Amino acid sequence: MIDFDPSTFGLAHTYQKEDKDEINTLQMPSAPQVIYRTLNGPTQTNGGNKLNNFKHGTTTLGFVFKEGILLAVDSRASMGSFLSSEQVRKVIEINEYLLGTMAGGAADCQYWLAYLANHCRTYELKNGSKLSVAAASKFLQGILIGYKNSGLSMGCMIAGSDLSGQHLYYIDNDGMRLKGDIFSVGSGSTYAYGVLDNHYRYEMSLNEAVELGIRAIYHATHRDTASGGVVRVYHIHQNGWTKVHDGIDVVDLHYQFAQQKGLVGDGDEAKQRLF
Amino acid sequence: MSYDTALTVFSPDGQLFQVEYAMEAVKRGLCCVGVRGKDAIILGVEKKSASKLQDVKTIKKVYQLDHNLCMTFSGLNADARILANQTRLQCQQYKIYYEDDPSVDYIAKFTSQQQQKFTQRGGARPYGISTLIAGFSNNKPKLFQTDPSGACSEWKATSLGKSAKQVKDFLEKHWREGLHEKDALLLTTKALMDVVESGNKNIELCVIRKNECWFLNENEVEELTKITAQLQ
Repeated sequence: MIDFDPSTFGLAHTYQKEDKDEINTLQMPSAPQVIYRTLNGPTQTNGGNKLNNFKHGTTTLGFVFKEGILLAVDSRASMGSFLSSEQVRKVIEINEYLLGTMAGGAADCQYWLAYLANHCRTYELKNGSKLSVAAASKFLQGILIGYKNSGLSMGCMIAGSDLSGQHLYYIDNDGMRLKGDIFSVGSGSTYAYGVLDNHYRYEMSLNEAVELGIRAIYHATHRDTASGGVVRVYHIHQNGWTKVHDGIDVVDLHYQFAQQKGLVGDGDEAKQRLF
Repeated sequence: MSYDTALTVFSPDGQLFQVEYAMEAVKRGLCCVGVRGKDAIILGVEKKSASKLQDVKTIKKVYQLDHNLCMTFSGLNADARILANQTRLQCQQYKIYYEDDPSVDYIAKFTSQQQQKFTQRGGARPYGISTLIAGFSNNKPKLFQTDPSGACSEWKATSLGKSAKQVKDFLEKHWREGLHEKDALLLTTKALMDVVESGNKNIELCVIRKNECWFLNENEVEELTKITAQLQ
């Protein structure tokens, strides 16, 4: 917003400049310094120091079903081949009715989703009504388009509940915004899609959906080295969101699923078992 | 020392005279009426031709701000045009930014904010209009009034301009909750006809429904005034 400068109060024609700024611009948040845009270059710096090369090492997924929306994420953060954390929280609680998932640059996701939370709250206070999921995701898209090609790395899902139901949007740093029923984002997404697409049905119950989400994340963490840690599951329904699981270790899941199939899970099933 | 020649000066008893004088300009303006019904809002406004040679039907005093949002006013015509254009732009900008339609509250607050800006800077005068903004939010009809001081409030039925008091008394007696579109239309026409110079060419009516606005043309207004005259 334009700040008033009291020293200009008595002067004539001071309103013209402020009007032009207020009315004719979309008041997008802008970077504090000039960014040299490379229109055709890669959006990530791939060369150089591997330790600072945060790729999209993650698996997050979300899908819409009869009882609302289910979000499931892993919790591994890696810097090259170094595991920096196995307990990252990749679902960001924007407010009581909106959740965002993190993939790509952790800093970018954390900051801009917190900015979105701030904006949603300010809007709610000023206007007496909550922003819809469509509006919140559109707002985020507006910000990211302004920073296009300047090196942001975000592949996040915005999921939430508003007066018109529960909605899931995918937003990325290229400024793409997609509304959909099933999304998976990150290096392990291909594995997760395989499981999701195989077993997804809209009419699933909550338990079946949670089971599917956990299974899909487990399979992604099993095959993708950049995903792992624990599985966190959230459920979005008409009264907001609930944290269904705060952290199920994927290693435990591995042996659990193997046992369900009558296997051992040590990678050597053909070995003669003495017991 | 006179406290009323500059806008940005309070008087010793706490009044901003320029803003009050702007409200006087509104009171001298032609009458306009807004009535909120159950499934529609009616805006009606008095038109006056400067002479026989002027084509009254080309004077449009109800501005469409969006597909289901309209505004009318009492006061200075030209100020209304500027404010309406700013508000129209804001409606579209909101859509680009948020994808949803702006709520009527938001637009009314925006309009009143624009009006307030001009009560706080030098070299400019306040807008000499009070507006009525009508539309639907969450499938509920809403009618808002703004004035030159930047105040904004929601109304069930109201009127502005010359003879506003007379019309408001009439509305207080006859308005009730849950009016159907037809009844609200008749109520608005009756209220206006009481104060407007005779002749249907002097009334402009607009019905705001959930998804559209219906601007009554000359024949429809004439028919309506005839019906209203008979129902006494």
